[in-house]
Amino acid sequence: MSTATAVLTGAGRRLGTGAPVYALLVVLLAALAITEPGFYEPDSFLAFIKRAAPLVILAAGQYLVIVSGGFDLSVGAVVTAGVVAAAEFYGSFPDAPWVLVTAGLLAAGAVVGLVNGLITTRLRVPSFITTLGMMLILEGAVFYWTGGSPQGTLPEAFRAFGRGTAGGWLPWAVLACLAVGAAAWWLMRSDFGRTLIATGDSERAAALAGVRVPRVRTLAFLGSGVAAALAAVLVAGFSGVSAQAGRGLEFEAITAVVLGGVILGGGRGSVVAAMAGAFSLQALFTLLNLQGVSGALESTVQGFIVIAAVGLGAADYGRLRRRRTPEESA
Amino acid sequence: MLKMQGVSKSFLGVRVLHGVSLDLEPGEVHALVGENGAGKSTLMKVLAGEYAPDEGIIELDGTTVSFSHPGQAQAAGIGLIHQELALLPHRTVAENVFLGREPVRRGLVDRRAMEARTAELLAELDETGIAPDTLIKDLSVARQQTVEIVKALAASDVRVLVMDEPTAPLADHEVELLHGLVRRLAGRGIGILYISHRLREVFDLSQRITVLKDGRKVATLATDGTTADEVVRAMVGRELGSYYPPRAEAEEVGEPLLTVAGGGNERLKDVELSLRAGEVVGIAGLQGSGRTSLVRALFGAAPFTTGTMTPLRPTSPRRAIRAGIALVTEDRKAEGLALRQSVRDNALLVTRAVPGRGTRDIGGLLERVRLRSRGEDQEVKYLSGGNQQKVVIAKWLAARPKVLLFDEPTRGVDVGAKAAIHTLVRELAREGMAVLIVSSELPELIGMSDRILVMAGGRLAGELPAGAGEEQIMRLATSETASAKGAAA
Repeated sequence: MSTATAVLTGAGRRLGTGAPVYALLVVLLAALAITEPGFYEPDSFLAFIKRAAPLVILAAGQYLVIVSGGFDLSVGAVVTAGVVAAAEFYGSFPDAPWVLVTAGLLAAGAVVGLVNGLITTRLRVPSFITTLGMMLILEGAVFYWTGGSPQGTLPEAFRAFGRGTAGGWLPWAVLACLAVGAAAWWLMRSDFGRTLIATGDSERAAALAGVRVPRVRTLAFLGSGVAAALAAVLVAGFSGVSAQAGRGLEFEAITAVVLGGVILGGGRGSVVAAMAGAFSLQALFTLLNLQGVSGALESTVQGFIVIAAVGLGAADYGRLRRRRTPEESA
Repeated sequence: MLKMQGVSKSFLGVRVLHGVSLDLEPGEVHALVGENGAGKSTLMKVLAGEYAPDEGIIELDGTTVSFSHPGQAQAAGIGLIHQELALLPHRTVAENVFLGREPVRRGLVDRRAMEARTAELLAELDETGIAPDTLIKDLSVARQQTVEIVKALAASDVRVLVMDEPTAPLADHEVELLHGLVRRLAGRGIGILYISHRLREVFDLSQRITVLKDGRKVATLATDGTTADEVVRAMVGRELGSYYPPRAEAEEVGEPLLTVAGGGNERLKDVELSLRAGEVVGIAGLQGSGRTSLVRALFGAAPFTTGTMTPLRPTSPRRAIRAGIALVTEDRKAEGLALRQSVRDNALLVTRAVPGRGTRDIGGLLERVRLRSRGEDQEVKYLSGGNQQKVVIAKWLAARPKVLLFDEPTRGVDVGAKAAIHTLVRELAREGMAVLIVSSELPELIGMSDRILVMAGGRLAGELPAGAGEEQIMRLATSETASAKGAAA
């Protein structure tokens, strides 16, 4: 009987951690269906997922960092740098195989994440500052390198991942999205994932339980860097070369994660809900676009969402927080 | 001059002061003693306006006063020197003394007046060795304490000065200096309420001694007419009320599983220790005696820097865990648990973090510790203190330790869970683990331990056999300053 109860409450808890975002997503998708009757045509729905894919992948990476108690503000700049670097590279070596270039970008993303993680954990620089600095460094480097207008064109083979399809109908981006989702889901159920969340919840308790806190947190940044590089490959394929390719994506990713009910400061939230948050955000942008709301208002909407989501989360947290009891030290 | 009558105070339904009365004459040093948790600090915080009493009155010079705020008490002439000093380390002595009350001249802080007045106050106390423009962080702890006292004197016409364990952070020679200062203050007609664990100091300084126990006043004694033994008896005199599981028989005690020789670090000196399979060793000592430092050193959280230890001298908790050592910490919520995680995730944390060490079959362990929860998925935040502690213990049992260290195993735990934990601890010893318990609750320590080591001043001051009395323990625990001083002289 106790096992049955455990399973039941377990399912409830897993749904409970992200329940509002799933409801929001359903509402938004329904609204899209009403506004745009053709939205659920397979092609157009798959195209929607394809557009959402970079943000969903970024949200999965950002989730790892946020749930372990940090922020990664550098991911937008990593996307920009990745796109520009690929273009410049193909400018010099037009015949480079796409597999090699993609692998190179992922490795570079990992290095950026590793550096973010090491600076945050070893030098004890708050991650907000570390990754803000990394963002500025990468943005400046890209601007210096390209003079504001990147050269080079990306070959079709490389862009296929972002805009092509498998078997003529299933976009590679959708497959990438599913693969990242499955990997993230599996990761967060693994020992590493559970340890990561516990570390975000209480670093001291984790360290005293034998968790190598710096290592675990650094790996979260590394994951976020790789996710950003993968997003860069998709964005490059989908939108082509631009020095603004990743602008603002870090805040969209953070908004998505927060929308998914993940608590800033760490320790609570599910990666699937964070990715659902990314889909919701993309659905909302699409809906606004269809309603004829200016794209310029996207960031305004995002601002409202972030404040509302964190505010509601904080209200809940405040109520449940244990009351302070006076210390009796006599 | 000062009278407190029938002061009572409860927190969340727990009564920590029961009608305590106390009076103080001008120029008197009145000592307040009692075990940990006797209510000394709470009583003093009531006096200083930090807590409002539930019942009782406070009279100052014959007038009833009531403070709803520390500022009011301060204005009325009651100064409180906390155990933890409240100075800004990167500001000067004068700036700290006049913090929030800086003299102003033409709209700017008048530094010169501030420093001159500070120098005057220091001179009045014969503390000329402190320059008013020194940064606090460059002063010794003893001098910082002096600044704290000057700050209180500068704030108002101080009539009553409360000093809460002022000598706890001081080295022996600094204690003498502080006592000189206390006597000069008393000589100026200030009444001093002096809280200390160290009986020798109390007998050196005070004219009267008030003993608190479990939130009640036991007695107020004239220092000249009493003895240390009488005071100790008044501090501990209570009945062993609860049942404890039977102790280990001699043949149940096996090989040493952990030994330390000459262990030391910033807080510990010359630790010699051996924990054997099958026995429960108790560590007694007053606050600040190094009990917690000792278990943290054994666990590698605040490692020994000198000495040898078998099976190894851990430099991190992870290494200690690999060597089969586990620590149930004192602060369960901050250090023992990830509060927002489930029972299962907490119980498996060590097993997951340190691969190859433990078991994943936690269902049996949770049953064994008699956890009462709504299932393994319940967040530990919502469990009672006792059940939270059981999760912590299950977490460590999952790591299959050979040596189990407990720091305050039953703090904040209800009576039922307490008995369950006591029984469990004894069972674990019986199965061949070596167990060490640190506890401020002497009855618990005496009831559980096969032998008791008493700590004082970062050293092991002595060892007592099973069934030793509270008086013997308290005598060893309070003897340290006397013997250390004797050795230094």
